[in-house]
Amino acid sequence: MSAAATEPLLVVEGVRKEFGLRRTLGERLTRVVAEPHVAVDDVSLSVARGEILGLAGGSGSGKTTLARCVIRLVEPDAGRIVLAGEDVLAAEGKDLRDLRRRMQMIFQDPYASLNPRMAVGTAILEAGRVHRRPGSEDGDAFVRAELERVHLSARLAERHPRELSGGQRQRVAIARALAVGPEVLIADEAVSALDVSVQAQLLNLFADLRDELGVAILFVAHQLAVIAEICDRVAVMSQGRLVEIGATATVFNDPQDDYTKALLAAHPHAHVAGAAAKASGLVDNAGA
Amino acid sequence: MSGEPLLAIDGLRVEFGPADAPLAAVKGVGLEVGAGEIVGLIGESGSGKSLTCRSVMRLIHPPGRIAAGSIAFEGRDVLAMSAKELRDFRAHEAGMIYQDPFSSLNPVFRVGEQIVETLRSNLGMGKDEARKHAVELLDGVGIPDPERRALSYPHELSGGMRQRVMIALATASRPRLLLADEPTTALDVTTQAQILALLQRLRAERGMAVLIVSHDFGVIAQVCDRVAVMYGGHVVETAPIGTIYEQAEHPYTRALMESVPELESAGKRVRRPGIPGSPPELTEDLEGCVFAPRCAYARPSCKDVSMALEPVAPDHRTACPVRPFARTAATTGAPA
Amino acid sequence: MSTVEAFTTPEPAELAVPRRRRMSGLRGQPLPVKIGGAILALMALLALLAPVIAPYGQNELDFNNLLSGPSLTHFFGTDESGRDIFSRTLYALRVDLAIVVFVTYIPLPIGVLVGAIAGYFGGWVDAVISRVTDVMIAFPFFVLVIAVIAIVGPGVKGMLIGVPIAAWALYARLARSEMLVLREQQFMLATTALGYSRRRAIFRHAVPNLLRSALIYSTIDMVVNLLLLASLAYLGLGAQPPNAELGSIINEGQSSLLSAWWVATLPGLVIVLFGIAAGLVGDGLSDGRRR
Repeated sequence: MSAAATEPLLVVEGVRKEFGLRRTLGERLTRVVAEPHVAVDDVSLSVARGEILGLAGGSGSGKTTLARCVIRLVEPDAGRIVLAGEDVLAAEGKDLRDLRRRMQMIFQDPYASLNPRMAVGTAILEAGRVHRRPGSEDGDAFVRAELERVHLSARLAERHPRELSGGQRQRVAIARALAVGPEVLIADEAVSALDVSVQAQLLNLFADLRDELGVAILFVAHQLAVIAEICDRVAVMSQGRLVEIGATATVFNDPQDDYTKALLAAHPHAHVAGAAAKASGLVDNAGA
Repeated sequence: MSGEPLLAIDGLRVEFGPADAPLAAVKGVGLEVGAGEIVGLIGESGSGKSLTCRSVMRLIHPPGRIAAGSIAFEGRDVLAMSAKELRDFRAHEAGMIYQDPFSSLNPVFRVGEQIVETLRSNLGMGKDEARKHAVELLDGVGIPDPERRALSYPHELSGGMRQRVMIALATASRPRLLLADEPTTALDVTTQAQILALLQRLRAERGMAVLIVSHDFGVIAQVCDRVAVMYGGHVVETAPIGTIYEQAEHPYTRALMESVPELESAGKRVRRPGIPGSPPELTEDLEGCVFAPRCAYARPSCKDVSMALEPVAPDHRTACPVRPFARTAATTGAPA
Repeated sequence: MSTVEAFTTPEPAELAVPRRRRMSGLRGQPLPVKIGGAILALMALLALLAPVIAPYGQNELDFNNLLSGPSLTHFFGTDESGRDIFSRTLYALRVDLAIVVFVTYIPLPIGVLVGAIAGYFGGWVDAVISRVTDVMIAFPFFVLVIAVIAIVGPGVKGMLIGVPIAAWALYARLARSEMLVLREQQFMLATTALGYSRRRAIFRHAVPNLLRSALIYSTIDMVVNLLLLASLAYLGLGAQPPNAELGSIINEGQSSLLSAWWVATLPGLVIVLFGIAAGLVGDGLSDGRRR
């Protein structure tokens, strides 16, 4: 299991986020929404140092919205978010920027998460310099060290994102995030857009970061098998609500909630015998 | 396999770029689909699987072109068809569904109207008959309350429903072959299972063959009878699905399967090797085995490999002459 | 498990894969861009070197060849006073191209910046800027420029002042709508997540990505401005005679259009050629982008 679970590093309490669809003219004028869509509904969880917490759920479950609320890319409507004792939602200006530095996000799309007009070394160095990280004065050495940490050759520093493969771009995105020295990484479907053979390498990298740097990782993914591979604990979300949370093995082998059970049952088993059995069962229950 | 296969692709080559320095995305692919068979085409990015699938309907647009090879459907050469024959072929004999059902459906028309249009233009039905039939088709693909749903616009439907509409459209003329290019990639896990079950049902009811392209082993395992594994523009292995799992011969197939994450890993510290490096991009023709740079079993002789598929068992072919996993006893067939 | 695994071995394999085709730089541009660009470059060069390469002076009179057609000695023929049309065209091009470049590329960065700020911040900042932009765009352009000329007098000054006052607005609107899309891109979200200041996010990250469409648009804008300039000159509001401007040459040739077609037509064709070339560049750049 994970390194001895110490007190939680990141605490999320009762977070709620609504999106209003102001359709009618009346709604638009009064800025009151008749039926807001609740994307995140009173979700609480915590992540400890050196732990990977998976956040699972289908599309529309709210997991990405929750992840963005944690770093305030999206402002939650209610709740508390606490990083090592500091209130994230109350922070402003410089304090907020420093809190942001300590929680970094890796985005899903390797083709969109890097500035296409910037060489990757420049992007990594910029991150280090803006936050005045130690070692960032010596640009070349800094970039080389960060690239090495994600197992990329220093020679890639001058290349632009379009010259790199998807896996390489994700590594650069991780390097950029690590360059500011975060304590928490939030991986928002970070491996979902990668080929399976490359995905495996990236998962190993995340596991290494947890073991060697002790970062806490909130790992958002819709594929349960991916979560099974590296997450110590998992939280399952459905339609904005947290329906189940616990050690991965426990939740996957002995699910309590109906939605979790349905997710697990529907998961394609990459084994022929199991697949055939499931398929015949599903033909009987053809649904909407 | 007795009799002529429904679809036989041989030596297919799809190229881009200038004619004197072409870049080939599909480099000599051979593949067969029998009547009523579900064949999976699995590969990662750059493998050429999507282009292979699209070539069957000749849906390759400039700057790409089909540079060589033959595609025989029931013995007739698709590549040699005239424009009219091709239109008939696409309308009646083969259908195709895509990854993103949203962009395949016209957003400004109701879905019922779109099906009616296909029925009237391809099958020559009258308006009333087409409307009734459209509702029947929607019902046939498992859409609840089909009469009302026919009046919906695409954006009002969920991804799974849109994909069902696509399947209804594509199978309206009862084609003998359905080409599915990553049909469930954009869908939820639960919806994915339902769509795959639907394809199996259509095969059972109508004897329709399916060529399904995917990068996801779970999808392939759920529905396919046989699998062709593609890498770098070549087919590297073909075999029945059971054989691929029990006795894959090509190092890439094995390495790929070993990289696939499994639900059963929950709670265990798993470290998969993945495959070092990345799949190749559109490149000039490389010498020797396309997988050699990343292969753990590569030998100097791999520089002369021709990527031709050689049989190792009655229905099992591989492009790897090294065969590092072959059993010493030359037995054929696999234990169940 | 050691981090320094055989993952250092991916390097040779990764680097062995050829770098993706460099589509930037001069060589990677599609053909229309190269052709159009070459024509524009040639015109610019000829215009620049006009004093050196023009066969005759701007107002040099050749009494032996009054109103004579195109020939080897006078490529574009001469006008009623015996002035060589080709030389006049070259000098006119010199003045006109300089003005066009000025009035196109001064408003461009200003407009892009204003639009970027409006799009990035949204809210009341956007509301205020957008209303100002809307007013400038709605205002009849021509009328504004003529009004300015009425104040400062005819000549080049009028256009140099009048056009930029209004032209920035179109770039602002363009940049704003691009920014609305751009700011949702993941790399822009990353700048917030990384704790970068908004100034850095806008200037260092967003603007370089916004410039491309502004530059594509500017190719059309140049042509419009050239036509505007020619129209003003034609109306007599441009550079005063005897200084050559394309529009005034055309004006002067208008009366003899049927008998001495070359005086008005050939300089007119030069304007057309400019338009075609600029269009090719613009089309080519935007096609390249779509790919």
